[in-house]
Amino acid sequence: MSQTTATPSLRQGPDAKGFFGDFGGRFVAETLMPLILHLQREYEAAKQDPAFAEELAGLSADYVGRQSPLYFAERLTEQLGGAKIYLKREDLMHTGAHKINNALGQVLLARRMGKQRIIAETGAGMHGVATATVAARFGLDCVIYMGSTDIHRQQPNVQRMQLLGAKVVPVTAGDGTLKDAMNEALRDWVTNVDDTFYIIGTVAGPHPYPQLVRDFQSIIGQETRVQLQEKEGRLPDSLVACIGGGSNAMGLFHPFLDEESVEIIGVEAAGEGLETPRHAASLKGGLPGVLHGNRTFLLQDEEGQIGDAHSISAGLDYPGIGPEHAWLHDIKRAEYVAATDQEALDAFKMLCRLEGIIPALESSHALAEVIKRAPGLPKDHLMVVNLSGRGDKDMATVTHHLADELGLNPDGE
Amino acid sequence: MSISAIDTTASSRLDRRFAAVRAENRAALVTYITAGDPGYDASLATFLGMADAGADVIELGMPFTDPMADGLAIQHATQRALKAGQTMDRTLAMVSEFRKRDQDTPIVLMGYYNPIYRRGVSRFLEQASEAGVDGLIVVDLPPEHDDELCVPASEAGISFIRLATPTTDSERLPGVLANTSGFLYYVSSNGVTGGAAPTAEKVEAEVGRIREHTDIPVAVGFGIRTAEQAARIGRFSDGVVVGSALIDLQANAETPEQGTQAVHALTRELADALKTARQ
Ligand SMILES: Cc1ncc(COP(=O)(O)O)c(C=O)c1O
Repeated sequence: MSQTTATPSLRQGPDAKGFFGDFGGRFVAETLMPLILHLQREYEAAKQDPAFAEELAGLSADYVGRQSPLYFAERLTEQLGGAKIYLKREDLMHTGAHKINNALGQVLLARRMGKQRIIAETGAGMHGVATATVAARFGLDCVIYMGSTDIHRQQPNVQRMQLLGAKVVPVTAGDGTLKDAMNEALRDWVTNVDDTFYIIGTVAGPHPYPQLVRDFQSIIGQETRVQLQEKEGRLPDSLVACIGGGSNAMGLFHPFLDEESVEIIGVEAAGEGLETPRHAASLKGGLPGVLHGNRTFLLQDEEGQIGDAHSISAGLDYPGIGPEHAWLHDIKRAEYVAATDQEALDAFKMLCRLEGIIPALESSHALAEVIKRAPGLPKDHLMVVNLSGRGDKDMATVTHHLADELGLNPDGE
Repeated sequence: MSISAIDTTASSRLDRRFAAVRAENRAALVTYITAGDPGYDASLATFLGMADAGADVIELGMPFTDPMADGLAIQHATQRALKAGQTMDRTLAMVSEFRKRDQDTPIVLMGYYNPIYRRGVSRFLEQASEAGVDGLIVVDLPPEHDDELCVPASEAGISFIRLATPTTDSERLPGVLANTSGFLYYVSSNGVTGGAAPTAEKVEAEVGRIREHTDIPVAVGFGIRTAEQAARIGRFSDGVVVGSALIDLQANAETPEQGTQAVHALTRELADALKTARQ
């Protein structure tokens, strides 16, 4: 393909069939097809409806607390001695992570479609909490599917969901993590198509989910653009975000895709190492395949059987990745790297001690890449990191791994 | 009125079988088992004896780690099969074995797209044809993705059997029927396999609605477990699909051999019930 003068925008996808390049699509059972087409029509209509935008903006401001601050991490910058690091503070939003941006947008769609019952899958529990929250806010029934392994490691979020009136259903199939929860949510959905809206928590699933979740999360990048313009008078040089399914990353990246000068870096979970089978890096260690309604990179064997992902952070513990990321990887617009459990824990600790911020273990993967990358960059390099969530939910996991090192004492002495 | 973009219907094994069954004024018995459950040998024994026990068409499930459209019975069968080392090669080997003995009973492979995609569509179709596969049911390939597998399969002489569901309204039905051959699988209830069966009256009305659009045989499945239920549905449908009930027998048997016997016994019962259903 020859390059013409005007480079086509990278922000136009997906195409009519839901594809970003080779990735995406609507690989679902016939029962769900009419519903997905209906959702797509409703979403198109909602996008044209000023009342929808107004309601979303109003609730985003007064209920969620937007905009989120873009915070100059002075001591972290000083310590690393290179790039100037800004944190996009999604951790400060209502319910403690970026997940609420999407849950709010989708619950408004559910209301437009007259659905009375909300279901969702959750890994770390942040999407489950966000969904339970908006369901409570609008008086809708709510059922959350969560893997039994994740229920165990994210206890506080299970209790939060229950407090908010949601029913949390443990999923024991497979490894009892996010993939299994998503299978079970899909089973619920085909059984209850008439009254149920499925709020998918990341930029995956059948079209139009990857697109609409991205759109609802793009507020992150849009705000960042304006905020950095105000603070620095220019665009960032690089963007860094962690990737489970890829929604917080897509939200930050998307408004910048056409800015060639902006380097885009996604960080997958390398678990115990990419050289071991225990990781969750679908781009670095996977192959194209079809799962959960879309074609994307998946951890799988040569038989096409899906592998179990592993990460210390429940929110990254997924064997796939959103199709738009698969495409950005394919066309090399974004760079995808990985951080191990240990690197994430080290970054977690560093942010606690240097900035007085307890980050989510998911977001700590992005910080781990910052720690590797920032020291080698000039001081005028502007790096924005998506601090996608806060780490309160991770206390049990972190205490387990870092008790001695951090002087954590269960008796509080 | 059937809209068929590709005409591969020139007397396939499936067409011949449905025509023969129709001539006997009864519905075809379509049975489902998961290939490799509970292990290769037992599964092969169950499979090879199925036609003698009375199955007119046999669906052989290709195990997949993430059977999103299946209930617990088939989920567990899938896990048992994978744990016992079932692979696509072995599933195709089962079909080859069957074909050595039986040239007439149609075999339909059923499952999810990823194992086929990973293998490569053209390689898969070549091997499936060679083994003697007549049709494919791939749950996660709606008509919107016909170019992926449906069209190449039809070109290779393998029927692509589509599912229609209660949510498939009259607007969608022509699209669902286009490129479909062999038979149409009407999923009688929204939900996963192994769920509850709706009333026969409701299903009959739905089958009637579908018949306004096509001459292709309509088989009904999901939630049919007993001879009595099969007979009720078999009064008006061209085929009755039974799966989870057979899987449960295999799963609950004390030995794999007893499981095979129990599956064949229920198959016989179902076949007998369909023979007299319309009298
Ligand atoms: C705080 C936080 N960050 C990131 C993620 C990963 O999801 P995504 O890649 O969709 O942003 C999660 C998921 O649970 C999360 O809770």
